[in-house]
Amino acid sequence: MSTDGPSTGIADMEPDELLKPDAAPSPTPPPAKPQASPPQGDPATGTAAVDAKPGLSVRLEKLRAFYGNAEPVKGIDLDFRANEVTAIIGPSGCGKSTMVRCINRMHEEIPGARAEGRVLLDDLDVYDSSVDVVAVRRAIGMVFQKPNPFPTMSVFDNVAAGLRLSSRRRGERAKTSLRAKVETALRSAGLWDEVSERLAEPGAGLSGGQQQRLCIARSLAVDPEVILMDEPCSALDPIATLKIEELIDQLKARVTIVIVTHNMQQAARVADRTAFMLGGELVEVGPTQEIFTNPTDPRTEDYVTGKFG
Amino acid sequence: MSAPSPTADQMARFAVSPARKRKDRIARATIFAGTVIALVPLVLIVYYLLRKGLGSWSGSFFSTDPTGNTFFKGSSIGGIKSAILGTVEIVALASAIAIPIGIGVAVWLVEYGRNSWFASTVRFFVDVLTGVPSIVFGLFVYIVLVVGTGSSYAGYKGSFALALLMLPVVIRSAEVILLLVPAALRESALALGAPRWRVIFSIVLPTALPGMVTGVLLAIARAAGETAPLLFTAAATLKTNFNLGQFMNSLPVQIYSDVTSPTTAVVNRAWGAALTLVVMILLLNLIARLISRRSRLA
Repeated sequence: MSTDGPSTGIADMEPDELLKPDAAPSPTPPPAKPQASPPQGDPATGTAAVDAKPGLSVRLEKLRAFYGNAEPVKGIDLDFRANEVTAIIGPSGCGKSTMVRCINRMHEEIPGARAEGRVLLDDLDVYDSSVDVVAVRRAIGMVFQKPNPFPTMSVFDNVAAGLRLSSRRRGERAKTSLRAKVETALRSAGLWDEVSERLAEPGAGLSGGQQQRLCIARSLAVDPEVILMDEPCSALDPIATLKIEELIDQLKARVTIVIVTHNMQQAARVADRTAFMLGGELVEVGPTQEIFTNPTDPRTEDYVTGKFG
Repeated sequence: MSAPSPTADQMARFAVSPARKRKDRIARATIFAGTVIALVPLVLIVYYLLRKGLGSWSGSFFSTDPTGNTFFKGSSIGGIKSAILGTVEIVALASAIAIPIGIGVAVWLVEYGRNSWFASTVRFFVDVLTGVPSIVFGLFVYIVLVVGTGSSYAGYKGSFALALLMLPVVIRSAEVILLLVPAALRESALALGAPRWRVIFSIVLPTALPGMVTGVLLAIARAAGETAPLLFTAAATLKTNFNLGQFMNSLPVQIYSDVTSPTTAVVNRAWGAALTLVVMILLLNLIARLISRRSRLA
């Protein structure tokens, strides 16, 4: 295994401390009017702000994806285990991104695109006709290749965006609770210490690496069970990349992570399991160490040893 | 002396040839001359407006209605109060009609219609509407709302004619700006589990706002300066009036009737009114720009 043991970095995320809205100095004016109600999540509905639910497993069954007549994903069966990091590697155009975008049903946002087969979140088929696509995307967050904070919003508003944009009832996003959730998300994304003094500044003013962690915080704020990362470090320098990788290692305690990457060293560093795709098909999946040192398929060996791709 | 001087060969290879220098100079001069030529009429218009119009500006020019006495020496011809207020009222109602509908159409075209045959048809007819002469909108409203209802002219009928005129300008400019909003922003908002309508209201429209303000202002400025659609819809009158159901004066119509007068003082009033119209549009521009800048930071 490339990751030795559970991560230690969440030591600074003491839940009790985070629950107190006044625990940290709040120098910023964001819409935080003190309210009587404490920011804890409602135990009845299980929407705790801090003690996150564990991640959920995702299973693909005969997943096929189309753009018009083209078929970039040609029937994939693949398991993503709960609270593990699974890396998807493969040459450009092999269908990695398309496959991942099918998991939270973002694929269908492209005109002319459709998917077949099943995507099971735990036991629920997200393509079932009774399933609300909005709810699927709240449960399965996504981080994109290029950092894309909302340009009209401050750092705080960017993280709060997911909570505010959801159509849930108003009471659930009481303002003190919102502030606590934003802080929790920023701490989880390892960004709090860097931006706690700049919450009211535009999110687009941060550095590229900070912007990407802001986007991760934005995804975390809605408390998803799965996070999909589509080459999250390809636009970042090595130091920013390292920070994101450390973050991934910490986050798997509370979410299931699927990461598409072109960087095989990155897959080796962060992933528990690695899947190798080629031409829209899954060639091989297994523990990362085995994929890189002792693959069963010769095509995998050729790819990981740099003979093609 | 650590830097060796370049050899003659190197000098020849990297030197700018005289022919290219000449071409560069000619091209620069041509572009600059074009800019100056374009500026000439602009400067002349502003100069003439100020020179001829400023003279008739006075306190009573803005605070009194035209009297209609234009032939008898010694009697006051009055100011342009009813025209200013009439233009503000008519254009405000026209904007209230055209801007929400226009932006709504643009949002539908960009977010929902995309390249469907219906969206393409809508785009085609919007383009056709853009090219329709303004008097045709006036005639249309005249036939439908004045002749058709057997009633008389009214301010709101002028507003309808101007709204029709503004609509294609608002739609096309808003559509262009909405298309500029990066798809990645929509995707990341959708991926957060936001419903599409919230993505449009909270992400797409605020991002596009500063650009849309410009297009809307162009439409308002165009509508505010139009005479033809108002001539036989809102008509002209002397008295200030706050009832859009009655005859209503407006700056362009006032200028139109004044400038054909044989009396010098009345012609001068036309210049003063023209300057007023330009200044009003300028002020509107400034205010809207300030608002959109502030909203972007918030």
